[in-house]
Parts: sequence; structure tokens; C-alpha cells
Amino acid sequence: MPTSAPSPKLSTPLEQGGAPTHALGDVTASDSTLRRFLHGLPGVDPVGLEARAASLGTRSIKTTAKAYAIDLAISMVDLTTLEGADTPGKVRALGAKAVLPDPTDRTAPTTAAVCVYPDMVAVAKEAVAGSGVKVASVATAFPAGRAALPVKLADVRDAVAAGADEIDMVIDRGAFLAGRYLKVYDEIVAVKEASGAARLKVIFETGELSTYDNIRRASWLGMLAGADFIKTSTGKVAVNATPANTLLMLEAVRDFRAQTGVQVGVKPAGGIRTTKDAIKFLVVVNETAGEDWLDNHWFRFGASSLLNDLLMQRQKLATGRYSGPDYVTVD
Amino acid sequence: MSAAEKSEQQRLSVFKTYKLYVGGKFPRSESGRVYEVTDSKGKWLANAPQSSRKDARDAVVAARKAFGGWSGATAYNRGQILYRVAEMLEGRKEQFVREVADAEGLSKAKAAAVVDAAIDRWVWYAGWTDKIAQVVGGGNPVAGPFFNLSSPEPTGVVTVLAPQESSFLGLVSVIAPVIATGNTVIVIASEKSPLPALSLGEVLATSDVPGGVVNILSGRTSEIAAPLAAHQDVNAIDLAGADDVLAKELEIAAADNLKRVLRPQPVDYARTPGTERLTAFLETKTVWHPTGSLGASGSSY
Repeated sequence: MPTSAPSPKLSTPLEQGGAPTHALGDVTASDSTLRRFLHGLPGVDPVGLEARAASLGTRSIKTTAKAYAIDLAISMVDLTTLEGADTPGKVRALGAKAVLPDPTDRTAPTTAAVCVYPDMVAVAKEAVAGSGVKVASVATAFPAGRAALPVKLADVRDAVAAGADEIDMVIDRGAFLAGRYLKVYDEIVAVKEASGAARLKVIFETGELSTYDNIRRASWLGMLAGADFIKTSTGKVAVNATPANTLLMLEAVRDFRAQTGVQVGVKPAGGIRTTKDAIKFLVVVNETAGEDWLDNHWFRFGASSLLNDLLMQRQKLATGRYSGPDYVTVD
Repeated sequence: MSAAEKSEQQRLSVFKTYKLYVGGKFPRSESGRVYEVTDSKGKWLANAPQSSRKDARDAVVAARKAFGGWSGATAYNRGQILYRVAEMLEGRKEQFVREVADAEGLSKAKAAAVVDAAIDRWVWYAGWTDKIAQVVGGGNPVAGPFFNLSSPEPTGVVTVLAPQESSFLGLVSVIAPVIATGNTVIVIASEKSPLPALSLGEVLATSDVPGGVVNILSGRTSEIAAPLAAHQDVNAIDLAGADDVLAKELEIAAADNLKRVLRPQPVDYARTPGTERLTAFLETKTVWHPTGSLGASGSSY
């Protein structure tokens, strides 16, 4: 844990060239120094990691604590629709839901953001105008990331020009797995620069990284390159966010802040569908990174169906009756 | 004494762990509780799971999940499956005769008659699945160039409080009509004698009845029924096994989301039931269909 906790509102200072400056600035000087640094990170004990994540999932969160957790989780949702079949109408409906998740209960908080494809950013922006809900856009040839850098950057600039407040980029997993860390690093730096004022979330697609060691390396690589958020997955592969890989990434952001004073957010995405799951993740956040991350500026859930379950649980707490899917919107 | 007889005497009997039947699986109660079930003379028979409201909630989720497939299955297919239940019961008759005799204090002959009647009841309702639409639906005469058709549709997820006294025939008589028309059901077994109901779950699991169509809970009727009556995702409730006080409470709770309520009434389960329970959980959908203008050249189709 950090000895002197820096202010949580610190963001990465950028040099003119785009590369971030911090205590670890020199490790990115060349491919070999970066490799030495990433491979020098302590190895992950998978059994211990999973056991720790599982044991944190057994906490019982009830009554007022549960009510707090549900509202916090709602406020952390990046309400997502990333389908080929997305229409402007669907995006507008999603925007309306993000602004007013439960039309029968105006005390429910708004979600953090809506997350859409770049061509839907303008529509989404209009739908959430004036509500404080952010618009996040995936970019860089999401979800595969298999495109040339200029194409990826054009994708990013488009999204930013359309008004995106946040950019969710995917890393080049092929390059990462081939050990070409500097290429991945340079790409993130370039995308960060192209994003301008928009906050950058870097998606690792943990389900494709094979090992926990790789997830730890990717986390550090992303943070070194100036990510504002590190994100588990696209939601498009078989294995998405799990408590274990999120725990691992939370350890990374905690250690990164301790070493550099820079706080980075975490976003698990995909596969989180129930309130119970969401609360488990919040316990993991609190116990790993600490209270500073219990805020939608620093922690998000990438999800779509999760919100309905959170709302049903919220209605149950408010009325004492179990709610049902007839009382939330179908999206 | 021969060696064979000796080993027969020394053998420890294997007690059966009765479990709930939810979503096609046999879970213990989420609460981990059990309660003692005795026969009509007070002799201990077995421990039955004592369900909590969370078991009820899980059962609703399972029943809702199963509703699409079951209500969408053809009536003919549902009839086949209900008949299959009768076939499976026939093969396990002895077990049910024993359990019913213990539960209700009947002689073996009388218990056998009850089980036979229950098996026949499945067959009877199996026959109704593809006939009820003709009885309560059909074309309506209207004054205009329209077809007007009414067809019965299942209500949805139905909670049934099984009769407290008739632990098996009564149980079958309240479950079968509900699922015959395409509803899915959460049944709260007789509180005093839940064992035949819990064993019925094992029969249903091997009868091609999709998991979640029938969910069987045992425990304190009032404890499990209250959250189910208030549950927003339950569409109807059959109060057959509730006493007057409980029935009133549950009906008030059920009013919140306009559940269909079937009030408790005196029923002789030994008699042929009629279609009342079949139609209690049906809704009528009526559609108008234009026949087209009938001009000089005939139909415009």
C-alpha cells in the first residue's frame, strides 16, 4: 500500500510528445528495457489469486450496506450496446435509460456512461445531453483490433469529434502475445494522444492473454503508456471479467499509484449479470485497491443486463416484494 | 440361521434424503433447514427440506425461464409428456402406495386406489391439452366483414398451494391442470406430508417434463407462500392448501400485481374434476381478422 496516499484526482501528466512522465518513465526507453521490466514483475500465484477472489466473494452484504452497494453499482454502470444491429432508436432508448434507470423511482442514480460504437456517439450524446451521463465509445477496430494504426487513430478521432467523453480502445493482442511490447505501448501512446481530453480505457481482452502473468504485464504496460482506465474485456469472447482477473488488475493499479502517484481506474466488462456478482466485485475493489476506487470516476462495470437486475433488487429493497422482468425495460 | 439370513439382519437400511425439485435439479433448501415428517400416528418417517423465501425466489426464476419453451410447445406434445408422467408413475406405484399409506394413514388397498386415481388423473389431463382450445376458444360471430377468433393462452408462472390433506391425489389434481395448458408451476407441498410430493419430483425429472416447468417446495406453507403471493413475477396463485386466514392474507398480497387468484373451495379429489381448474389459469386472446372487401369481382385476396 502507498505510504503517502496521493490525491485521487491526479491524472497522468503528458509530455509534448505524448509519452507520460513518471517515476517509471525510463523503463519504456527501448523494447529491451520494457521487456526486462514487464518480465521482472513478480509472477502471479494463480491458486492463491483465485482463492483470494473466491473468499472475497463470500462476504454477506445486507440491508443498508446492500442498498448503498446497489446504488453505487448503478452509478458505475457503463450501459453498453455493441451490436451490429444497433439502431439510432436503440441508442436513444439506452440513453434514456442511462439518464433515468427506473422511471418509477427517481431516486435511482444515473449510470456513469453509455458505451456505443463510434458512429452512434452523436446520437448517444444527444440522448444524454445535460444529464451528466458520459458517452463512451469503443474505437481502434473494436473488438479484434486488427487494423493498421492510421485506421485505428482515424476511428478514435472520429469518435472524439462526435463528442465522445471516453474512448475504449483494444490492444493488439497479437503483438502482445508475440512479445512486441513496445509496439503495443506505442499504439496506446498514439491513441492517448489522439483521444485528447477524452479519458482512455485500454481493453486487454484478458480471455485471450492465456495467463495471469500476462494480465499483470498488460496492466502495467497499459498504465505506463498513460491509460486512464484498464479494462478486462470486450465482452465478445468466451471468458470475460472474472473476480480473479479484476483482483489482479486492482492490485496493479494500487501498486502503480504507490510507485508513481498516478491513479488509474479499472473496468471489468462482460459476463457480470447479477447484483450478487456486482457486489462481489465491489468487495474486491474495497479490499484490494481501497475506498479511493469506490467511485465511478475510478471503477466501472461494462454491462447491459446487469442494470436490470440491479433495478429489480433495488425495487425489492424498497418495497419488500420480489420484482420481475416485467417491471424493467427490455433492451 | 444361514449365512445369508445373518447378513440380511446386519444390513443397515439406507435412508432417503428428500430434496426439493427446482429447475429440473434436486437442491437442498438454501437455508440448510430441514423439518421432521411423521406418519399419521406420529412416527418419524424422514426429514424434509424446510424451504426459505430464497428457495421460492429461485423457483420463480426457474419457472419463468421454462415458461417460453413449455407454453410454446404444441398442445399435442404437452399431452404426450403428461401421459409419460403417468407411465413413469405406473412403474413406481409401490413406492407411492407406501408413501401415501404412511402419510395419510390409509390401508394398503386404499392407498393403492388413491395412487391409481392419481395416475389416471395424469392421463385424463393429458387428453385435455389439445382439446381445451376447442371448448373455451373458437370463432365468434360478429356483425361485420371480419373473422373474430378467441384462443386460450396460458397465464404464466402459477404458484399452487397443494391441498394439505390429500397429499398425492390432491397434489396431482392441482398441478396437472396448470401445466396441461402451458403454464409453469411452483407448488408448495402439503406441510404435514410432503414426501409423496418430493418423490413426484423424481418421477417428473424422468418424464420428459422440461426442468423448471414444475418446481416443488416443502416447508412451512405460510412462510413460503407469502413472498410468492407478493412476487411481481408470479402471474397467478391457487390457494387450495391455504386456511381461511392465510388465504385472505395471500389474496391481499396477490392484489398488488393483479394476480389471478383461485380461492380455496371444498373439492372431492376422488371425483372426475371437470375443466374448472384448466380454465382458471387461462387467458383469452381475441383477434379480429379482416376478410377483405367483397366487391363485384369477389374477394380482394
